[in-house]
Amino acid sequence: MAKTKVLERKPLTPMEKTFLPQILSGLKTTFGTMMQKDVTLQYPEERPNIPDNYRGVPTLVKDPNGREKCVSCQLCEFVCPPKAIRMTPGEIDAEADPERAHVEKAPKEFDINMLRCIYCGLCQEVCPEEAIFLQDVFSLSGYSRKEMINNKEKLYELGGTLPDQHGKWDKKKAAEQSGNAH
Amino acid sequence: MKIESIVENVTINIDGQDVEVPKGINIIEAVKMVGKGKEVPHYCYHPKLSIAGNCRMCMVEMGMPMRDRATGEAVLEEDGTQKIAWMPKPTIGCATNASPGMHILTGSEMVKESRNGVTEFLLINHPLDCPICDQAGECRLQEFSAEHGRGYSRFIEDKNVKPKRSRLGPNVTLDDERCILCSRCVRFSKEIAGDDVLGFVDRGTYSTLTCYPGKELSHNYSLNTVDICPVGALTSTDFRFKMRVWFLKRTHSICTESSVGANTEIWSREGKIYRITPRRNDYVNDTWMTDTGRALYKEIESEDRLIHYSIEGVHKAYDKAVVAATELLKSGKVAMVGSARSSVEEQFFYKAIAERCGAKVFLVSHHGDGDGLLQSEDRTPNLRGALLTGLISELPSENLEALARAINSGAVKTILAVNEDLTDLGISKDVLAKVKVIYVGSHANRTSEVANIVLPSLMVFEKDGSFINQSFRIQRFKAAIPGPRGVQSDFMVLEKIAAALAGEKATAITIDSVWERMTATIDQLSDSLRWHSLPEEGVALDATAFLNLGFVETKNLKYDPVAFREAHAALAEV
Repeated sequence: MAKTKVLERKPLTPMEKTFLPQILSGLKTTFGTMMQKDVTLQYPEERPNIPDNYRGVPTLVKDPNGREKCVSCQLCEFVCPPKAIRMTPGEIDAEADPERAHVEKAPKEFDINMLRCIYCGLCQEVCPEEAIFLQDVFSLSGYSRKEMINNKEKLYELGGTLPDQHGKWDKKKAAEQSGNAH
Repeated sequence: MKIESIVENVTINIDGQDVEVPKGINIIEAVKMVGKGKEVPHYCYHPKLSIAGNCRMCMVEMGMPMRDRATGEAVLEEDGTQKIAWMPKPTIGCATNASPGMHILTGSEMVKESRNGVTEFLLINHPLDCPICDQAGECRLQEFSAEHGRGYSRFIEDKNVKPKRSRLGPNVTLDDERCILCSRCVRFSKEIAGDDVLGFVDRGTYSTLTCYPGKELSHNYSLNTVDICPVGALTSTDFRFKMRVWFLKRTHSICTESSVGANTEIWSREGKIYRITPRRNDYVNDTWMTDTGRALYKEIESEDRLIHYSIEGVHKAYDKAVVAATELLKSGKVAMVGSARSSVEEQFFYKAIAERCGAKVFLVSHHGDGDGLLQSEDRTPNLRGALLTGLISELPSENLEALARAINSGAVKTILAVNEDLTDLGISKDVLAKVKVIYVGSHANRTSEVANIVLPSLMVFEKDGSFINQSFRIQRFKAAIPGPRGVQSDFMVLEKIAAALAGEKATAITIDSVWERMTATIDQLSDSLRWHSLPEEGVALDATAFLNLGFVETKNLKYDPVAFREAHAALAEV
């Protein structure tokens, strides 16, 4: 064990004994900061600006026409490391929803267990339909475990609408209508 | 019994390696035999169908040892080996048969180029809707596109539009855009199912799969076309959009529909079965099975499933019900109505129980029309098991009138009924009221309603066991999903009863310890045979003792009663 070396403390000078220099330098910092812009936020009244690539709570989004984008391919369920995603795939009823009949498939149920989610973003990365996004919601709480499982309704409520660059299914529909069938 | 045909082997050279393969085998099969996971990619070739050679995916380079045309002498290289005359263009592997000295290249530049070309052409009109396609995960086009595709499309024109959701029949939905026109389904319907309803209409890129006008794909083998479809064009209406295949666990099982005993694969996830598909067994069912056999799993979740042990209609703990059943069996004058739907292991225990309480055993036959393929006349999976275990010595009767007479005369006071509704079989409710009934079964019926003791049993999907099929082949099935909560495995319950009847203490048994006892007492099962070590394709047993019984099965896909008897008689003479 190393031996502790005790340093001799120098006696205070008379100026130091008045404590004035220390107080003044402290006040300099105080007044200097008072003049500067605020660096803290009045959370939760004020909310921080979240960058676009922030990985918050995973959500489901709709396309600009308000249609559900998810086709329940279950890739997110497959890729999810903590197995937080659970879904029941289903078929779109062509008669009840002729607008989307050409998409054929949509989730019947879609649950994300936020007690399990680790915000890794793999679901967003793997989604072939760009339907699941980790957006800007970062604080999530609830009174029960059940409340912490986001169902399909909640996921769409959180997700809202995002612009769709590709319009894949609209193109498909247009092709079906004009088409080059002979 | 082993029927081995004499096969002549030839030596061919695959990718620089000399291998022995049976003469006449095609290159796809030969390369598969070489092993090491090597495969010639193919779509239209199927080992059980005729060769069509239309997908052009299985291109290989082929060459033969060169001989001088004039003299017929071998042309040699400088190093003394025979020169190989390579064909200038690749050839399709499915229609090229192995002949001596043949040289094959499965991975040369030319072969790769041609596969890439085929893949690119197949993809120009393919909708690429893998996210909503049920075939994703088991799609040959998806797999080979990853291997041989270029990753982007050079096709800038509009893709073809074809019908997306046409109904081909009660069980099959067709997505025409995904079809690659391999014609496997057409050939299957024509060659195997014997119902030539499918065909292609229109030309070129407009070619479309359709049914013959006014007909539909409604034969009982229609779902096999879904299995053999290399892409997602033919989809099962039942399984459609239910679950992605990569989540499903596969368990090997046996179809219980009839005495054919088709080998099956059960696809389940977390205790729920999603589909049943055939498993290849060249001795039993090739690669096919019936549509009706695939739907049997739906009974698992049926409303009338028995899930409680009960005495006099009151739910009881499992051991109490077993003790009560044992007491009842000990009281004498017992008759047993066995089942050809029980596994061999269960029948072995029923035989022991019948012996120990002196019960006469009755068995009921369940007959239907055979279709000459994979649905035989005997609609029970394990009648041969009942014969082999000695549960019965002659074929079962159609009804239980003999038993009804015995009840009326007072000779029978207790009935142990296994999975049969006695009221359907000539024993009216009034007659049944005269006796005590122990019912063992998976589903409720009128007999279980009046039974004094009910012992719920597991279904074939929930337990391990074996069946003996029409050609005396013993085949193993494994539990795919857990049974209802609290319901014990059948042979464990039966062991408790059988041991108590003999005044012994029941032992904790496993399926292999049951087999230890079974192989010791049943002559036809060799002593070293164990359930866990049963080969996947089953074991053919000696049927000589039962050849003179008049089994109801007529000729079907892999079983010909006349030929079977003759082969066995010949074997017995030797």
